[in-house]
Amino acid sequence: MPSPILEVSHLRVEFPTRHGTLLAIDDVSFEIAPGEILGVVGESGAGKSLTGSAIIGLLDPPGRIAGGEIRFDGRRIDNLPYDEMRKVRGRHIGAIFQDPLTSLDPLYTVGQQLVETIQTHLPVGAAEARRRAVRLLQETGIPAADQRLDQYPHQFSGGMRQRVVIALALAGEPRLIVADEPTTALDVSIQAQIITLLKRLCREHGAAVMLVTHDMGVIAETCDRVAVMYAGRIVEIGPVGAVIHAPAHPYTVGLMGSIPAMDEDRSRLLQIDGAMPRLNAIPPGCPFNPRCPRVFERCRAERPDLLDAGATLAACWLHDQPLRAAA
Amino acid sequence: MSAVLPTIEPGAAGRRDVPLLEVDDLTKVFDVSAPWLNRLVERQGRQFVHAVDGVTFAIARGSTLALVGESGCGKSTVARLLVGLYAPTRGRIRFDGLELAAAWRSNGARALRRRMQMIFQDPYASLNPRWNVADIVAEPLREHGLARAPDATPVAADSRELQARVVELLQSVGLAAADARKYPHQFSGGQRQRISIARALATQPEFLVCDEPTSALDVSVQAQVLNIMKDLQRRHGLTYLFISHNLAVVRHVSDQVGVMYLGRLVEIAEKAELFARPRHPYTRMLLDAIPDIHMSGRSRTPVQGEVPNPLHPPSGCTFHPRCPHANERCARERPALLRQGVTLVACHAVEERRIAPAERGPA
Repeated sequence: MPSPILEVSHLRVEFPTRHGTLLAIDDVSFEIAPGEILGVVGESGAGKSLTGSAIIGLLDPPGRIAGGEIRFDGRRIDNLPYDEMRKVRGRHIGAIFQDPLTSLDPLYTVGQQLVETIQTHLPVGAAEARRRAVRLLQETGIPAADQRLDQYPHQFSGGMRQRVVIALALAGEPRLIVADEPTTALDVSIQAQIITLLKRLCREHGAAVMLVTHDMGVIAETCDRVAVMYAGRIVEIGPVGAVIHAPAHPYTVGLMGSIPAMDEDRSRLLQIDGAMPRLNAIPPGCPFNPRCPRVFERCRAERPDLLDAGATLAACWLHDQPLRAAA
Repeated sequence: MSAVLPTIEPGAAGRRDVPLLEVDDLTKVFDVSAPWLNRLVERQGRQFVHAVDGVTFAIARGSTLALVGESGCGKSTVARLLVGLYAPTRGRIRFDGLELAAAWRSNGARALRRRMQMIFQDPYASLNPRWNVADIVAEPLREHGLARAPDATPVAADSRELQARVVELLQSVGLAAADARKYPHQFSGGQRQRISIARALATQPEFLVCDEPTSALDVSVQAQVLNIMKDLQRRHGLTYLFISHNLAVVRHVSDQVGVMYLGRLVEIAEKAELFARPRHPYTRMLLDAIPDIHMSGRSRTPVQGEVPNPLHPPSGCTFHPRCPHANERCARERPALLRQGVTLVACHAVEERRIAPAERGPA
């Protein structure tokens, strides 16, 4: 296996507040191989977007990295000064956000924004930068790219804007793209177009993707592996087929069961009672224990690490080896 | 709990074949013209958007009709027309035999409002942040004079009877009596949506219009809310109009599904039929576009193009520029909603049998 393009180990992100420090990301570790698409899924507040922001160095203050390491291509990037990180971001790590309108500057044409990005990161002249900009827009499936280059973002529809944002993310020829809910603001028919496009372009450009989303369907169609987050921790990580069809963590089981399926009829959806704990009230032990249907004594006292659960790794004491041997 | 809403007795089931709601040729046109002076200077004419254009359907008592479509297709406008928030430009709405256009102007309007309620998409925006939950849920009771002492005099706002009704309503949606004193900001999104449901149920309505009630919620919370809505429907014989863009959710909750595109109903059928044999090319496209969690490996053809600007809708069938089966007739002539088997569908290609109904996988 080639060495990973991104290594996150024991990452902790905290928010100091008047009422004490909130731990929003708690000991999160994962790797992304070159060219791999890793999905990060979870409900609002699980910390999935925050993990993405920490990687691209765009945590909103007062949020800060309190521990752990982030390595890109072997080089540590979590402690880089702001100006150093700017050279990494865009050039080596691209970013795509949920709302394509706020990702684009309304006062500049799409072409100016693309050319500026290309020239910031790559040693090319103005004419070559424009040629590349046209090619990028063509690749993202924008018709009449040559003319569209001189238009402003408001002249593009939502789906077209997201194509421009993808072109911008690819402009610096990055080896990793952090995509945070890239299709959530779009209609379903456009969603399918954008996901297909993102997948194809990243393969062609050899870029790995960290795809943050709450939509399990998007994950299933796009990703190689998936990490499930809950209350700031990864509770399960593994190949996408295994996580969807044979989830090992009770939270993942509940999450999958609560999604209305297109190919089976159930009179009731499986529901997980209660809600995710607030950051200032995360229970001791396993954070899922108050809602877990299979909770036992140890879950309330001891926090589980990611344990071998067959095809996946799951942070759940049900998968502790001595216990399983005894069972 | 049984006192909160009338429970449907077995004997009442005979009324189910009479539709509770009938909509005929419903149309809403919005005038979106620029101001007069601008029109004069810029030599523009008036501009109109046909937000809802000749929509016809009926909902049987105790059943759920789901309207699906992409943003801007007019489904929320239909919801607002039904509850009287907009007046229709053309067409009729009949509710339990009453002509709504006349009924809203008559003395019976208050009683009518009691019988239909609405649940909105955003549980943050639809609850007053300065009111506690007891006030929010009791408001319809007070407004309609529904909380009465045994001698039929309206009770005071803080009376024990009113509080008891509020607690019953909260418990019927899975909230606790103690929640009545809290304020909306103390609840999560899913709990807030339950408060909205409790408020809507307060007047013992027969008909609920739900406009994307779970779109702002996480999936596990969405499952809780959908389960509550189905339980309440079973228990009280409620009739729902359920608006959503999520076909998987629609498939879970509905009995009948109507698909809208640019203000028009393009296909309407029983749920099982629509999902098993979608006929309109747009319906097929929508079904194909759903990301498939079970990766059954069916071929996906993301349809090209986007929804056109509703200010300048295409001629004839408004879907023809994106439709793989369109011909010259589709560009010229607007298709009528015609019966094909058990489905109503507005498509020339289906009518001329140029395309056969698509049989879909395990559904």
